Amino acid sequence: MAAMTREETEALIQEVLEVYPEKAKKDRAKHLAVNDSSLEKANKCITSNRKSLPGVMTVRGCAYAGSKGVVWGPIKDMIHISHGPVGCGQYSRAGRRNYYVGTTGVNAFGTMNFTSDFKENDIVFGGDKKLSKIMLEIEQLFPLNKGISIQSECPIGLIGDDIEAVAKKAAKETGKPVVPVRCEGFRGVSQSLGHHIANDAIRDWVLENRDGDDSFQTTPYDVAVIGDYNIGGDAWASRTLLEEMGLRVVAQWSGDGTIAEIEKTPKVKLNLIHCYRSMNYIARHMEEKYSIPWIEYNFFGPTKIAESLRKIAALFDEKIQAGAERVIARYTAEYEAVIAKYKPRLEGKRVMLYIGGLRPRHVIGAYEDLGMEVVGTGYEFGHNDDYDRTIKEMGNATLLYDDVTGYEFEEFVKRVQPDLIGSGIKEKYIFQKMGVPFRQMHSWDYSGPYHGYDGFAIFARDMDMTINNPCWKNIKAPWKNQVANDEALKAVA
Amino acid sequence: MPSVMLRKREDGKLIFYVAKKDLEETIESIEFDSPDKWGGEVVLGDGSKYAFEILDAPPKIPLTLQAKRL
Repeated sequence: MAAMTREETEALIQEVLEVYPEKAKKDRAKHLAVNDSSLEKANKCITSNRKSLPGVMTVRGCAYAGSKGVVWGPIKDMIHISHGPVGCGQYSRAGRRNYYVGTTGVNAFGTMNFTSDFKENDIVFGGDKKLSKIMLEIEQLFPLNKGISIQSECPIGLIGDDIEAVAKKAAKETGKPVVPVRCEGFRGVSQSLGHHIANDAIRDWVLENRDGDDSFQTTPYDVAVIGDYNIGGDAWASRTLLEEMGLRVVAQWSGDGTIAEIEKTPKVKLNLIHCYRSMNYIARHMEEKYSIPWIEYNFFGPTKIAESLRKIAALFDEKIQAGAERVIARYTAEYEAVIAKYKPRLEGKRVMLYIGGLRPRHVIGAYEDLGMEVVGTGYEFGHNDDYDRTIKEMGNATLLYDDVTGYEFEEFVKRVQPDLIGSGIKEKYIFQKMGVPFRQMHSWDYSGPYHGYDGFAIFARDMDMTINNPCWKNIKAPWKNQVANDEALKAVA
Repeated sequence: MPSVMLRKREDGKLIFYVAKKDLEETIESIEFDSPDKWGGEVVLGDGSKYAFEILDAPPKIPLTLQAKRL
């Protein structure tokens, strides 16, 4: 199918909205837009970060998911208690594939589930006593933990437990940081508020711990990688590039990260933000309090990597700038070979994305490096500032959809007919059954890493493996194909 | 009275950021901006107006300040 014009795309949106009742239609219309890359601000064309409509299918998560699942969870040497009923922690346990180095259960706890397992009794009489007891048990069973975070689930807010008091008491007893996080699921409209709450908790309870302590030896080349959650090893693939160009990565937030790294971050010279959505709050805070500048970078696809490496290097001296050029030169042959191999197989293929965080705009460059085109993109929980950054990356007259509903997404796909969809597990099987090649772009479909030059090779292979998989030809029953074949024969005759 | 975080962009323009409102705009004009007086009414890129308290000296940016919506 050829690219759609602006009018066609607008007509498509109108057609999809047709089924909604008047009020819902008015609301949803604000979240669907045709991209106009000449716009400076996104709020002229799209509304975001609003409450989902009751009754529609949304794939958003909750504040607890944003705090425990995204920001705090990957900090490997802390124990994160899912404070409340057992389900929230158990069903999300180890689902995000934040890789880490360490011995699970001894000095790293990333894939384990710790919960206070609330029962009716605790709801009626309060769970503070139970929480205090859990802290003592943790100290006995896992003495190598470096701290505890208490991640509230919905009931904690409803019954009004004072987890801050318990945390303060426990911190005094153990001498380790104990961080209460008020990330009850019902707060906010999506996981996005959970990120903010988690950032604020780090700011209030952790970041100041080493203020006035100058024993940490700094260098002029100290940086922190912020907002890289090491999905499938992403942060490692990013870190090697930064270290090769001569920088010293002091902290990883928070994939394969430790509490000590986080406490040392105020000593760095520059904060590098990958996932802007989930970690910009803390970067802004550090800029204000510790005068640490921050920049956003993008390590998906060689074009954006080279751009980002040069942008980062420009903030340092010639030594680092030469280092950046050296890194780019070193990997050129490697990524050119990847492009030479996969571009002929992928050229001209059209992709629709619907993901969260940074990827709806960051992966566009990687697809373009492979000769593919992104024809639609959207955020689950993006804000205005995310869309501001997206409209410049996307082509004109492409689709933008915010918090898209199950129905809308399906209809868009039926009409736009992309060659590939990148979204999450909840969308995967619907589209695969419709016969559209699909990649999970939350967890890289259990593959990865996708960051950095090494990741790009894996990314290209995965996209090729999915789009050019012979199974898509066999989705239709053979006798139905036969009819089509006969007609084609008749037409020829 | 929203809390506003002010920071300088690479091109030298001041950015007016309100986290709770998702508002990130450039400051187009500011009423007083001299070494002995800073603040007052500011006009943002989208045309909306806010007012800061008038300070005796330009503050050290980045900084969080209270602003009043006009």
